[in-house]
Order: sequence, then structure tokens, then C-alpha cells
Amino acid sequence: MAEKIIFYILAIIMVVFAVASVSSRKMLRSVVYLLFVLIGMAGIYFLIDYNFLAAIQLTVYAGGIIVLMIFSVLLIHHIEMELEVAKTFKKIITAIVCLAGLGIFLTTIYSHPFNVIENSNSTTINEIGKGFLSYEAGGFILPFEVISVLLLAAMIGAIVIAKGTKASPTPPKEGLRSGAKTDN
Amino acid sequence: MILGVSIYEILTLTSILFFIGVYGFITRTNLISMLISVELILNSSVVNFVVINKYLFPEVLQGVFFAVFIIAVAAAETALAIAIIINLYRLISSVEVKDTEVMKY
Amino acid sequence: MNISYIILVPLIPLALFVLLGLFSKKIPPSIAGWIGSLGLGTAFVLSLYTAYHYFLGAKLDGVYQTFTYKSTWIIFSDKLHMDMGMLIDPISVMMLVVVTTISFMVHVYSRGYMKGDDGYTRFFSYLALFSFSMLGLVLATNLFQMYIFWELVGASSFLLIGYYYTKPSAVAAAKKAFIVTRFADLGFLIGILVVSYYSGSFDFGELNSLDGNVITNWTATSFMGLSVFTWGLILIFMGGVGKSAMMPFHIWLPDAMEGPTPVSALIHAATMVVAGVYLVARLFPLFYFVEDGFVLSIVAYIGAISSLVAAVIAITQTDIKRVLAFSTMSQIGYMMLALGVSKYEGHEGLGYMASMFHLFTHAMFKALLFLGAGSVIHAIHSNELADMGGLRKYMPITHITFLIAALSIAGFPGFAGFFSKDEILAAAFENNRLIYVSSVIVAGLTAFYMFRLYFGIFWGKDKKYEHTPHESPLTMTIPLIFLAFMSVFGGYIPFSEFISADLKSFTSHLDLPLAVIASTVGIIGICLAYVFYKKENNLSEKATQLFGAFYQWTFHKFYFDEIYLFITKKIIFGILAAAIAWFDKYVVDAFMIGVGNVTMAFSNQIKGIQSGKVQDYAMAFVGGVVVLAMVVFYIWIN
Repeated sequence: MAEKIIFYILAIIMVVFAVASVSSRKMLRSVVYLLFVLIGMAGIYFLIDYNFLAAIQLTVYAGGIIVLMIFSVLLIHHIEMELEVAKTFKKIITAIVCLAGLGIFLTTIYSHPFNVIENSNSTTINEIGKGFLSYEAGGFILPFEVISVLLLAAMIGAIVIAKGTKASPTPPKEGLRSGAKTDN
Repeated sequence: MILGVSIYEILTLTSILFFIGVYGFITRTNLISMLISVELILNSSVVNFVVINKYLFPEVLQGVFFAVFIIAVAAAETALAIAIIINLYRLISSVEVKDTEVMKY
Repeated sequence: MNISYIILVPLIPLALFVLLGLFSKKIPPSIAGWIGSLGLGTAFVLSLYTAYHYFLGAKLDGVYQTFTYKSTWIIFSDKLHMDMGMLIDPISVMMLVVVTTISFMVHVYSRGYMKGDDGYTRFFSYLALFSFSMLGLVLATNLFQMYIFWELVGASSFLLIGYYYTKPSAVAAAKKAFIVTRFADLGFLIGILVVSYYSGSFDFGELNSLDGNVITNWTATSFMGLSVFTWGLILIFMGGVGKSAMMPFHIWLPDAMEGPTPVSALIHAATMVVAGVYLVARLFPLFYFVEDGFVLSIVAYIGAISSLVAAVIAITQTDIKRVLAFSTMSQIGYMMLALGVSKYEGHEGLGYMASMFHLFTHAMFKALLFLGAGSVIHAIHSNELADMGGLRKYMPITHITFLIAALSIAGFPGFAGFFSKDEILAAAFENNRLIYVSSVIVAGLTAFYMFRLYFGIFWGKDKKYEHTPHESPLTMTIPLIFLAFMSVFGGYIPFSEFISADLKSFTSHLDLPLAVIASTVGIIGICLAYVFYKKENNLSEKATQLFGAFYQWTFHKFYFDEIYLFITKKIIFGILAAAIAWFDKYVVDAFMIGVGNVTMAFSNQIKGIQSGKVQDYAMAFVGGVVVLAMVVFYIWIN
């Protein structure tokens, strides 16, 4: 019973903050609302007894990615700058499409008989670790290695891209848009 | 599983979050805001994986592993995206989407 | 008897054309001249031998045999097919002799006349092409083959008239000649199609046969009161009118004098322009029997009118080559009218024989006149009569040969022209008095303008010449001498033994009263010209003023060119062509441009799909997935 209430509170928090994140006009607030959504997600993981996953979520997402985003926002924007909003027409169309999509999802979900297996297993980090590094069937050693390579590549790529070109202009140019508008 | 909460409710929740992310992606005028919306989408799909693993297949752990992978990939992608945005900012000193419409007719 | 070696006669010029045409840059000019002349000389000797062989050996029961060598080329239907081959009968052998003789003389003459010219080898290759085409025309076995060579002759004439292709007037003249004859050939082609459709054959042997289905049955199909064969023959004759420069298609001949003088001698005096006469002669049984000779009377009147008009115009022209061109037109008129008044059997077919006889002698003396004029032009570098005078001191051979030719064409007794003209007048006298009177007048006029030319060039005061004129080189004077010889003695050949309408020989004798009348008229013409032109005086100016406006008309060739230009420019171009051009520009072109414009406008409208905005693409993506999901879901539900 208690879990149910906790779950619903978490759910409402997540939805509210997600909407706020998507529609906020200040950049930093948007990021912070996202942080709250992610924390809510971690809460759900805790409810499900996947403690390790929840920890990862908090560490990587809330700790790493959000920090990264905040840094970039601070680099690029003035804090008090207001963002533009999209045209109303576009918002309505998008809303309609999203609602339609949501309707389809829900219809599909609710018409499918999931055969739920009641259980209360808890997963130890021991099992997760063994699963990642096992060679037998059901083991994930290969994806594990691949992911490490991917992360390495991402690191190198990020460094190369962010380094910029040698002749990167210090006084910023007018903008790609005016440069590109040579023809109609 | 969470006592008292059926799978349907959780899946509903993730669907709502997913479409909020889609809405944000299409509607926002700022590149970083688009990134935030992508994060929402990815997260909701992670929850999907985990929940289905827990509710329908409790003895195996594939869902968890996959969730870890998704989180890793999402992190890498976000880092790279931020790098690109910063590079673009150096070039055109703007992170508005409307300034990046060069590859068109 | 086997005379299939005749195939060599046209083939030698063809080989020459291919050889000289392909290697025109590599063969040095002098060698080209030798090759051309030797080749044509061989053809000349071959044709003389053929004539000897044929005329003395091919008679069977008093009728000259017709030899045909042919092979089927295209089969249109089981009855109608087209052959290629050779038809050997008296007139074709005679034409072989004429064409090869004149062509050989012109080749030898051109070696000297065209010396130093840039396109020397090209000229000889064109001459060879022309010789081949003309010989092929003469030897044709059926209407279609004749039409093919007819067009080839027209094409070579175009090439030769436009030989000096950097001169705009020459180019225009070549175009004019080709277009006018092409227009006439339209009638020819339609006529061929009509005749062959209703008779079932192209072949001359079958068409001309006295028990063939044309001559016995021409009344079978008729159209607007006349037999279809009459219409067909009128149309065929239209082609002949164009090629032979009869009225009303004569306008190209004076302008064709833009070509080099040897070309004028070969094509526009002796050979190509008589193709029309040859055509009528070839189809003579048809012309005579169908509709009881209705078309033949048309032939006669057109010939008579052309000869009269041309003779009148020739009196006033100042360019010596133009005078000779109108003289040609006039003499061909004689040939046409001789054919027109002729009948078929034996002595009745005198007109036919006279026409062919005059063709033969005319080729000789007209070619001589042109080559002599060319010799004069070569010495003085001018065509105008006003620039010439007193040349008899400087160019004796040209002078004497020109005089001989002039006497021959004027009908002075004893020369070749006298005999052939007399036969024509006799035929006209027997059959059509009106045409006879007109022909006598033309004879007088011919003598007058020819001697006007003679006295104007060779007598009178010397004009200022750039350098003293000298006689032409031997290579140019030898043809003159040979042709002069033929112009005198060619008349003594007993033509009626060899050529006649029904292929049997008959005897013809000189009709003394008519001969006297003709000679008198000719001598009066000569004397008038002597009075007017031998010494410099102003009698000619007084006569010009006497005639006043009529003189102006005549000098401008009766304004035929202006009338035709008016018709084409104002009526055809202005009205018909303008309407069609409007349609082409505003309907057809507009449609095509419209297709392009519509496509462009449509693409302008939908190019916004590639907007470059990632969010639009994402929107499309999500929207598409949603729609697809809905469709699948709908199907899944049902």
C-alpha cells in the first residue's frame, strides 16, 4: 500500500517536472527540472529493488550529464536570458500528434495481456557483476567490452570536436544563416 | 515488483514521459533544450526495459544490463552533442535552431 | 548483241568522283585535271564505239531494238517494283554521245580555265559526279530510277553553281536553282506516283508499250473530266519544265550563271537543261496517245512561249553569260515545241526527230559559245558587254570559233544549226501554223541578239584593259576547235536514219521554201545587228528610247523574279507561314514551356519539405510512425 502511494507521488512529480522542463523559458531552470525528473526515475528504480541501477542512474545521469549540461548552459547563455517559444501553430500540431501517439501506445498496452509473475527477488550487485563478465550463455562480456570502446571513442571524438579548428575566429562571425543566404 | 502497482500503470507513466520528450524535441527553439528532451525520451525507454524485466522475467537480468548500456550510450551521446554545440557556437555565436538551417533547398 | 559494256560509261565518272572527292586534299591539281580528262576521254571513246556498234548493228526488221539490263531493287507489292538498270535505245545512245562529248570537252577546257583556283580538285570531282548522274539519268529504265538521277543531277548542279561558295550571290543562285527545280520535282514525283499507281508499273518498256494497259486503256479512270494519266503526265511535265527552265520556272537559269563558265557550258547549256526534253521524248508514246495528245499540245505551247519570251529578253541583257542563258532557254523552247507538234508514225514523227537533232547540234554550238565566252572572260576578267570591244585582234581562235557558233545558231545555211532548225520549222509548219510563225520570229531574234553579242565583243573600239588580252592556252582552245568542227559538220549526220518516234528510220529532206524563209530571216537579223553594233554609234540608244517602257520590262526580264518574290514573301511567308509560325510559337512551344513551368512551380511549392530544420524532420518522422501505427492497429483490430 505504501509503495503504491510512493509510486504515485513519484509519478506525479516526474510528469509535472517533465512538462515544466519542456516548457520553461529559462535555460537553467529547464536543466534543473530535468534533474528532478531523473531523481524521480532513480526513486522508481529503488522501488523496484534494482539498487545498483538506481545508483548508476544517480551517478551518471544526475551527477555527470546534468553537470555537463549546466556547464554548457553557463558557457553559452546569460542566465537571465529568455528563450523564444515556437509558433502556436507548431505547438498545437505537435500536441495533436503526440496525443495521437500516446493514444496508440496506451491502446496497445492496455489491450495486451501481460502475464505478470509475482515475485520479490532482489538483485545483488554480485549477480550483476557476474552477468557482465560471464562467458556462458546469457553473459554480457562482449557488449561490455564494446561499450568501453564506445566510451573511449566518444571521449576522443568529444576532445577533437571541442578543440575546434586552428583558425577559429575569436570575434564571432555574423552567423551561418546570413552567409548561407546567397541564393533565394 | 512493486506491490500494488500493476505493470500497466508504469507503462502508462513511461509513455507519457516519452511523448512529453517528443513534444519538447519538436517544439523547442534551442539546441540544448532539444538535448534535454532527448534525455527524457531515453530515460523513459530505460524504465520500460527495467520494468518489463522485473515484472515478466524475474529470473534473468537482461533488462538491467541493457539499461546500463543505454545509460552509457546516452551519456556518451550527450557529451558529444555538447561538444558539437560548443563548436557551432564558436562559428555562428548562436545556439538557436533557426540559425542552423543551411542544408536545405 | 551484247552491249552490256555500256555500264562502264557511267561508272568511270562515278569512280572519278569517289577518288577525287575522297582525296581532294592529297591529289595535286594538275594530276586531278589529267585524271578527270583521261577518264572522261575513255568514256567518250566508249560511247562513240557504242554508237557505232548500236546504230550500225542493232536494227532488226528495220526497227531499232531496245536493250534492257536491269535487276529488281525494291518490291513495293507483287505488281509494283523498282529496278535499277540500263535502257539502250536510239535516244539514250545519242544522249550518251552528247553527254560524254561535252563533258570531255569541258574537262579539258577546265584544266586551263580553273588553273590556280583553290578548289581545283573539288571542281573536277563535282564535274565527275555530274557526269555520272546525267549518264545515269539517260540510261534509266524506269521512272523512279530516272527520278533518283534527276535529283542527283539537281544536287550536282547546286554544288557546281555554288562552287564559289564565298560569294553570296553564288550561294543565293545555287539555292534558287535548287529550290525552284525541287518545287518542280514535287510535281514530277506526284506524277510518277499517279502514273505508276494506275498503271501498275514504273518501267518505261511497260508504260510505252503500244499494247500496254496505259496506251490502250487510258480512259479507264478519270478525274474532273480528264483521265488520271493526263493529270499524271501534266505533273511529270511540270518536273521537266523546272529542269529545262521553261516558263514559268525559268527564273533559276540566268542566276545559275554565277557558277564558273565551264559549268555553265556543261550543265546549263548542253546537258542538264535538256533533261526535261529527254523526259518528254522518253515518254513520247504516252504523251502522244493519252487524251489524244492533249498534254503534248501543252508541251508545244509552253515551248513556243518560252522561246519567244527568252529571245526578247536576250536582246536587252548586258552580261554576256546572261544573254547566252536566255538563248539556251529559247533553243530548248524550240526543242520542246518540236516534240509538241510531232506525231508518231514515220515521217509524221518529224518533230520528234527534229527535237533530238536540235538537241545534238545545240549541245555542240551552245557549249562552244559558252566556252568561247569563258575564254573572253578569262582574258578580260569581266562579264559585261560594255567592258569588251575589239577583241578579234588579240584572240583569233576564240574569235573564229565564236563566229562559227554564232552563224550556226543563227541558222546560216551550211552550218549544223541551219539543218536542225529547218527540220523544226518544217515540223511546225505541217502541224501548227501559229507556232510556226512564232518560231520564225524567234529565229530572227536569235540571229539579232547573237550577232549583237558577237559584234559587241570582237568588233568596235578597244576598251581599256588591265593588261593586253592574250589568246587562251592550248588546253582551252582545242575544245573550242573541236566543237567548232562539230558545229559545222554535225548537221550532215542523217539523223532521221537513226532517231525516230517509232524506232524505224525514215528519210527527211530539206524543204526548200521553208529553208529559204528561215535563212532570210536569219540573215536579216545578222544585218540589223551589223548596222546597230559593228561600229560604235547611238542607234541602239535611239531604239531603246523608242521602245521606252517596254524596254524597261524586257531589261528586267519581265519582272518574273519580283513577282515570285512578292508571292513568296507576302503571301506564303506573310500569311501562311506567319499563321503556322504563330501556332508553332504560341501553342506548341507554349505547351512545352508550360510543362516545364508547371513542374517548376509545383516543385517550388513542395521544396519546403527539405527545410533543413531537424525538428521538421523529426515531426515528419513521428507523425509518420503514428499514422503507420494507427493503420496497423486498425487492421490488427479487424
